[in-house]
Amino acid sequence: MSNLIFMPIIVPFFIGALLMLFAKRHRLQRIISGAASIVVLAISIYLAAAAFQNGVITAEAGDWAAPFGIVLVADSFATLMVLLSSILSVACLFFAFTTISPEREKSYFYPFYLFLMVGVNGAFLTGDIFNLFVFFEVLLLASYGLIVHGGTKYQLRESFKYIVINVFSSALFIVAIAWIYSVTGTLNMAQISERVAAMDQTGAINIIAVMFFIVFALKGGLFPLYFWLPNSYWGPPAAIAALFGGLLTKVGIYAIIRMFTLIFYHEPLFTHKGLITVIAGLTMLFGVLGAVSQFDFKRILSYHIISQVGYMVMGLGIFTPLAVAGAIFYIAHHMVVKTGLFLFAGAAEKITGTSDIKQMGGLFKTHPALAWMFFITAISLAGIPPLSGFFSKFPIILSGFQEGQHIISAVALLVGLLTLISMMKIFGYAFWGEQKHGEAAAKLSIGKMLLPAAPLVVLTIVMGIVAEPVFNYSLQIAEQIMDPSIYIESVLKE
Amino acid sequence: MKPIRPNDMMLQVTIRIVAIIIFAFSFYLLLAGHNSPGGGFIGGLMTASAILVLYLAFDVKSISKALPINFEMVIGLGLLLALGTGIVSMILGFPFLTQFFDYFQFPVYGEVELTTALPFDIGIYMVVVGAVMAIILRIEEDDI
Repeated sequence: MSNLIFMPIIVPFFIGALLMLFAKRHRLQRIISGAASIVVLAISIYLAAAAFQNGVITAEAGDWAAPFGIVLVADSFATLMVLLSSILSVACLFFAFTTISPEREKSYFYPFYLFLMVGVNGAFLTGDIFNLFVFFEVLLLASYGLIVHGGTKYQLRESFKYIVINVFSSALFIVAIAWIYSVTGTLNMAQISERVAAMDQTGAINIIAVMFFIVFALKGGLFPLYFWLPNSYWGPPAAIAALFGGLLTKVGIYAIIRMFTLIFYHEPLFTHKGLITVIAGLTMLFGVLGAVSQFDFKRILSYHIISQVGYMVMGLGIFTPLAVAGAIFYIAHHMVVKTGLFLFAGAAEKITGTSDIKQMGGLFKTHPALAWMFFITAISLAGIPPLSGFFSKFPIILSGFQEGQHIISAVALLVGLLTLISMMKIFGYAFWGEQKHGEAAAKLSIGKMLLPAAPLVVLTIVMGIVAEPVFNYSLQIAEQIMDPSIYIESVLKE
Repeated sequence: MKPIRPNDMMLQVTIRIVAIIIFAFSFYLLLAGHNSPGGGFIGGLMTASAILVLYLAFDVKSISKALPINFEMVIGLGLLLALGTGIVSMILGFPFLTQFFDYFQFPVYGEVELTTALPFDIGIYMVVVGAVMAIILRIEEDDI
C-alpha cells in the first residue's frame, strides 16, 4: 500500500528514462507517454481517495525509519495537488500531440515533460526538506529544457533570465535549509516542526521563515519577485506555456502553505497577518494592473497568474480554516482554469498566427466552439457565479472581512473587477469585431486541439455547480493542515 | 574557428598510458562506492575526464570511431538501471529503494560483499558519464 505513494514519482521517471532510448521515434513516444500520464492520473485519483478516507499515508524510502530517512507523506493536501497536476499533465500532453512540431518531439520533448512531472509530484509528496530541494531542482532542470525547447531567439534570451533567477533562488533555498538545519538539527519536516514548537518561534527562526518565504515567493511569482514570469512564459509553445502557467508557480505556493502551516505557524501576527498579507495584496494589485495594461493574449494570462497567486497567499495570510480552505479551493480552480486559458490562447494563435489581440478579431464567427469555451473559463477566472472562480474567491474575501482585514479584502474585490475587465478586453478584441484572419485560417479545424482542453472547462463548471462537496473537501484539508500534530504523528508515529 | 587537429606526438603517447590509469582509478572509485569515499558520481566524472583527454590528444573523429557510443542513450540506460534496483525491492514487497547486501565466498577472490547498492551506483555512473559527454560533445559540434 505505502509503496503506491512512490508511483506518481516512479512511473513518469521510468517512462521518461525509457523514452530517451528511442528519441527519434515520435509516434511511439506519443503512445507511451500518453498511456503513462493516464496511468499516473489513475493512481493519483486512487491516492487522493485513499488519503481522504484513511487519513495521512506515509512511506519511508529505503526502509530507513522516519527522522533519519526520507519520508513521503501523502496527506489530503499533497494528494489533491498530485491529482490536479496529473489532470493538467494529461490535458497539456494531449494538446501537445496536435500542436508540437515533430522536430521538437524528436529532441527529447517527452522525457523532459515526464521528468517535470517527477519533480512536481515529488515536491508535493516529500516530507523531507532537503528532498524538497532536490525535487525542486528536478522540476527546474526539466523546465529549463522545456522552456528553451525549440531554441528560438526569443526563447534563448528569456530562458537565460529564467535560469539565472532560478539558480539564484535555489542558492537561497539551500542557504535557508542550512540555517534551519543548524538551528533544529534535522531535515525531516515533521521533526523540524516539533523542534521549532519547542523552541518558540523567535529571532533567528523568524528570519529563516522569511528566507523560505523569499525563496518560494521567487518560484511562485509573488511581488516584487514576479518580474521574470510574463516574459519567460510567452516564449515556449502553447502546451508547455499552459503546463507552466497552470502548474509551476503553484508548486511554490504549495511549499509556502506547507511551510507556514506546518512549521512557522507560531507567530501569525508577524508572518501571516503581517508579511504574507501585505505581499499578497501588492501581488494581486500589481499583477492585475500588468494584465490590464497589456495587449498580448499570452502576456495578459501570465500577469493574471501573478495576481491570482496573490489570492492564494492571501487565504494563507488570513489564516483561519475558512480562508485556508478558500486558498486551497482557489488553487484547484486556478490550475484548471489557467491551463485551459493558455491552451485556448495557443489555439487562437494557431488560427490567427499572432498573439497580439489587436491583430485578432472575429474568432467568434469562425470558431464559435473556441469562443464559448474561452468565454466560460474567462468569466470563471473573473469570479462570476455559478462557476468555480466565484466559490473559491468568496470564502477568502468573506473571511478577510470577518477577521477585520478590510483593506486587503477591498483590494481583492477591486482586483476581481479588473480581472473581469481584462478578460473582456481579450474577448472584445479577439473574438468580437471584424474578422482579421484570412479565409484559409477561418476554415482551420481546431476540434482536435479543443478536445484535450474540454475536460478542464467541464471541471470548472462542475466545481462551480457542485461547489459544496468540493468546498467541504477543501475545508477538511484546511483543518488537517492547520493542525500540524496530525502530520507529525503520522510521520514520526509517536 | 578551424577544427582542432592535434598532432602532438608526445601528448598522444603519454595519453595512451595516462588514460588507462585514469580509467582504472575511476573503476576503483566506482566499486569503492557504497562504504568508503567514492561512488558512481565521482567515478563517472573521472571516466568522463579520461575519455575527454583522449578527445584532446586525438581528434574527435577518430575517437568517435573508436568509441561509437550514443551518450544520450547511456543516460537513459543508467537511469533505468538505477531506478530498476529501487523497483526490484518494491516488487519483493519492501519500500522503494531498500538495499540488500550479503557476503559470498568466491574460489580465487575469497570473501566478497555483494550489495544491491552497486547496480544503483553503476546506474549513476552511466548517467554521469553520459551527461558529461553528451554536453561536451554537443558544445563541440557547434560551429563558432
